[in-house]
Amino acid sequence: MATESSDKDNAVRQEDALQPEMVTVEIAGKPFRVPAGITLMKSLWYTGHDVTRGAGCLGGFCGACATYYRTKDDPKVKTCLACSRAVEDGMSFSFAPPFPARKATYDLNQIQDHKQALFELYPEAPLCRNCNACTEACPQNIDVREGVWKAVFGDFQAVSETFMDCVMCGLCAPVCIADIAPSLVAVYASRAYGVREMAKPPGLFDRIKAIEEGQYHDDWNRVLRMTDEELQEIGEC
Amino acid sequence: MDVQPLHAAVHKSRDARQRQTLPRLSPAERDALIKKFHPDHRQAAYRPIAFGPNKGDLTVHELASILEGDSSIPDDLPLVPDHVVDVLVVGGGGAGCAAALHAHGQGADVLLATKLRLGDSNSVMAQGGIQVAVAPNDSPVQHFLDTLKGGHMKNDHQLLKTMVEEGPSIAKWLLELGVLFDRDPDGNLHVKKGGGSTRERLLTCSDYTGLEIMRVLKDEMLNQRIQLLEFAAAMELLSDDQGACTGAVLKDLDNKRFVVVAAKTVILATGGIGRLHIQGFPTSNHYGATGDGLALAYRIGAPVTQIDTFQYHPSGGVYPEQLVGQLVTEGIRSEGGHLVNAKGDRFVNELDTRDVVSSSIIRECEEGRGVRTATGRVGVWLDTPLLEVESGKGTLEKHFPAMVRQYERYGVDIRADPVLIYPTLHYQNGGVKIDVNGETPVKNLWVAGETSGGLHGRNRLMGNSLLDLMVFGKRSGLAAAARGQTIVQGRLTLNHLQRFRADAKQHGVTHQMVSPMVLPAYTRQ
Repeated sequence: MATESSDKDNAVRQEDALQPEMVTVEIAGKPFRVPAGITLMKSLWYTGHDVTRGAGCLGGFCGACATYYRTKDDPKVKTCLACSRAVEDGMSFSFAPPFPARKATYDLNQIQDHKQALFELYPEAPLCRNCNACTEACPQNIDVREGVWKAVFGDFQAVSETFMDCVMCGLCAPVCIADIAPSLVAVYASRAYGVREMAKPPGLFDRIKAIEEGQYHDDWNRVLRMTDEELQEIGEC
Repeated sequence: MDVQPLHAAVHKSRDARQRQTLPRLSPAERDALIKKFHPDHRQAAYRPIAFGPNKGDLTVHELASILEGDSSIPDDLPLVPDHVVDVLVVGGGGAGCAAALHAHGQGADVLLATKLRLGDSNSVMAQGGIQVAVAPNDSPVQHFLDTLKGGHMKNDHQLLKTMVEEGPSIAKWLLELGVLFDRDPDGNLHVKKGGGSTRERLLTCSDYTGLEIMRVLKDEMLNQRIQLLEFAAAMELLSDDQGACTGAVLKDLDNKRFVVVAAKTVILATGGIGRLHIQGFPTSNHYGATGDGLALAYRIGAPVTQIDTFQYHPSGGVYPEQLVGQLVTEGIRSEGGHLVNAKGDRFVNELDTRDVVSSSIIRECEEGRGVRTATGRVGVWLDTPLLEVESGKGTLEKHFPAMVRQYERYGVDIRADPVLIYPTLHYQNGGVKIDVNGETPVKNLWVAGETSGGLHGRNRLMGNSLLDLMVFGKRSGLAAAARGQTIVQGRLTLNHLQRFRADAKQHGVTHQMVSPMVLPAYTRQ
């Protein structure tokens, strides 16, 4: 990466950059000194931990690095994605272990009544006791409890919107006293909404038909015979 | 020094910039800019490959070492199969899932092995969308032409025609699985314009397109009860006496044991190379993007193509430090976001192709018009608040919730302030040579997705990767399943490995690194 610039207005003192401030964190119960401001994930590598389970996309989208953490003197254990949170002095954290939640299996095209089927696939879903622990456990700030209720009430469109941010980290499941795995309920409801409730987009089907009927044959014949120079020139077809 | 005081230049010039149009560069101007500033043209970063199918071809040092790398498997490993299947899919991202689902749909006995968890991939991070020519003013032919120009005319015409023509049927397949693409009020698929495209062609699920597709594909993999081996990395392919591929040796990363898979057909869908940090660049790629499939395919004799060209995505994070290299969605530029240098000036048409935009950012920074951060990094501004000014308050939260979240975590409000970006290593343009069904010149070995090469030429257009994964994942899965019905399981040998080792020795290549790398060596010793 380029780090040189001749723009003096923006120049920084490199010695400041090279000597990072250090903070103390506790990783799975052991104290370590790490540079301030690095992500929890980088602090694991920095302190010599080999990471196999627990790292995925490293960009906040896959949920592999679901982590429990606590900040200094605060009794509240919170959750985050280790790739997307910075260390703070006095922070304690551990990866969340994989949780053996039950995923129902289904064929969305065979199901008779997709809303009723929710209660057969996930009979625990309506047993939510409103404790709100799932919402508090969500590192994506999704209103998980509300989403579960919307699924139970059959508003699958609302579920799909509520859970569009869901990275399937699964942190909502271990805290559920009714043994609901909300992210799995949401995937079912969201897919069922797409398959069973969304209208087919007419333009797409027209285009597929046009391709199958060979409407573009002449254009292809013309274009595929062109030289690179001719292709560069035509631009629009 | 913090970057906040430097925002002023961006806020100050916004009004004037809104009235300004920057033309796209002419082909000659593009070429000149790229030759001068694009990392693909830094000769010192390249060397010839010492031996093997692409002997003498130039690629970057990091990749050459991987291709010439030695296997971790001893020549005399006992090859008693732990699994016997019709189709082995290596890789659990978009291409792997599409391949496995389609092969399974044909009745094949499929095993999918991935070194991380199912779905941990670059696919899940794709934010910009998937290009499919569905708009009334668009056509597959136009999609072909746009992609060809984006790829500097170096794309394989047959592969490209195949991809663009199958786009609409892939969109249909995804809809039928329940993927929630954004819609217009009339029920049609909403399309957005991507860099380098002459038409609106990107189907999106807000800025979570890859995540939405992968949530659905993963769920379907589990519904179909396709056999899965997670935390199982492919270490070597297996071949029969004729050199055809017959399976693979995996390594279980939990118990470190080798797992031998006898497979009539193998599909490599192992993704890209970002974690090799070519030329020292940070990367937008996932943890496992170490080019494993390239090494495996090369050792068994499959040639690679266009592996001298890589995509440096224009907008990688620069500040805050935690976001260095992470992708900032191109969608911001699609919706009109400006790129602005330290002086407050625009310097490129933001919707030009990725190689042009990246080269222009590097030019601004190298010529002293970049913005420095406290950690000595340099970048240019992406004017995100402009979208709120132009399209109304709430636009960013509505169209870019993931990006708002991405920065909010570190106390940066992209609705109020611009963000700093610099190109990040994003994509391997080339890869293993394939035919229109994804098969390599090595019999019974398929490659799908980023590991394959030829389709994108020297620069991939935004939104063409997700389409590539789906189309060639599908075609590989179908073709491998069909082949499986016509052949018997071949013998399991490491003959190709013995040949490869002899070849290395003959060319005086010793002390090779071991490849595949599997995971990057980030652990501080």
